[in-house]
Amino acid sequence: MSIPQLLVHDHEDNVGVVVVENLSAGTEMLCVVTADNSDFRLTAKADIPIGHKVAVKPLKTGDTVVKYGEDIGKMVGDAEVGGHVHTHNCKTKRW
Amino acid sequence: MALDFSNTTVKAWRRENGRVGVRNHVLILPVDDISNAACEAVANNVKGTLAIPHAYGRLQFGEDLDLHFRTIIGTGANPNVAAVVVIGIEPEWTKVIVDGIAKTGKPVTGFSIEQKGDFETIRQAGWKAKEYVHWATELQKEDCPISELWVSTKCGESDTTTGLSSCPTVGNMYDKLLPHGLYGCFGETSEITGAEHICEKRAATPEAAAKFKQIWQAYSDDVIFAHQTDDLSDSQPTKGNILGGLTTIEEKALGNLEKIGKTSSYIDAMGPAETPSKGPGLYFMDSSSAAAECVTLMAAGGYVIHTFPTGQGNVVGNPIVPVIKISGNPRTLRTMSEHIDVDVTGVLTREQTIDEAGDALIEMIIRTANGRSTAAEALGHREFSMTKLYRSA
Repeated sequence: MSIPQLLVHDHEDNVGVVVVENLSAGTEMLCVVTADNSDFRLTAKADIPIGHKVAVKPLKTGDTVVKYGEDIGKMVGDAEVGGHVHTHNCKTKRW
Repeated sequence: MALDFSNTTVKAWRRENGRVGVRNHVLILPVDDISNAACEAVANNVKGTLAIPHAYGRLQFGEDLDLHFRTIIGTGANPNVAAVVVIGIEPEWTKVIVDGIAKTGKPVTGFSIEQKGDFETIRQAGWKAKEYVHWATELQKEDCPISELWVSTKCGESDTTTGLSSCPTVGNMYDKLLPHGLYGCFGETSEITGAEHICEKRAATPEAAAKFKQIWQAYSDDVIFAHQTDDLSDSQPTKGNILGGLTTIEEKALGNLEKIGKTSSYIDAMGPAETPSKGPGLYFMDSSSAAAECVTLMAAGGYVIHTFPTGQGNVVGNPIVPVIKISGNPRTLRTMSEHIDVDVTGVLTREQTIDEAGDALIEMIIRTANGRSTAAEALGHREFSMTKLYRSA
């Protein structure tokens, strides 16, 4: 299998993690779900640094962000599929 | 095929109290900050000794003083230490430390500076240190089961790759070795925040769960809410975490908890620098999430090897405990590989399974116990940082 650009922990997750350097907008990413090694394809909509998150489902303000199958916070902006999810559009619900 | 570690042994030192140590230090241990200079002078005069200067030890009281004593005594009592010369400004607190360490049965002698001065203290302590070096360097290693090691963990400069690769590698190691009788330890009270409900469920007994919840709640009430100015967004996640792609404390906490594996559960929750008292198994220790403070507390609890997953590249070490660094971040391996002992970048490229990464970590634990210097040891990282609970008198 070729090397994936995006890893997703669980099928319930709506974000994945870029695991390669220099990912540029327009790249058709190989995405692997680590829970069962299944894969799918997704086009990156921005230049996204290694380690940063990508929306694998459309996300709107107020949506819960799910990673590890768990609630990791809420959207405070929108992200299209393949878009960057980080501190500019995602925040903890805790404080 | 999974490797079988049930009969694996390491070459290590069996101490007077039966515990197994993987290093053989002769420590020159200051009771207080103003005794650092004398300790460093002794360590300079007598080769093969190690002084561990620190910032505190005067005018402390109550729980904060108890923690100071526990940390200093625990450090001297650690099985990686063969013998200890203790130096303090006055004799009474010096004796508290000496008596605490002496319970292990190892050689320990105290010296105090008042009414002697640094010169005379250094001369007397130097003779004792030299005697200890001759004695310690003739101690022989013996074959000890890997299950007799006490192995702690804490991650640092985490990013999203630690939750995907290096933290589950440590978790896999615990899932494989804890059933053989290993002592494990995880902590970082503030970094469990966001996953405390999950951590609570990983307790082996309702009592352990209740103790964990009490420790976590006390931290939340007495530290976060008592001292917050706006929120913790600028410290947790840290700037380094955010650069690495972590967005929220929940996301960081979930990655952090990967270190306790899939099947392991903790049998007790302890205070900082406390020694496990319920037999072999995994323990939670109330501890800071700052790397040097956390490793110092776990070393004082008696742990002899530390496993340290890092994403963005934390460089921490400890004076008496070898700190094994594990990273799966290819950029970190490209830019600062001199700090990394176990490369698990293959987990991200799907060329290595977590099971294989766990075996690679266990092999590195064995090599480290047998004497291989870790990256942190080779680079001279000896961070010894005391945790302070409140201001001194």
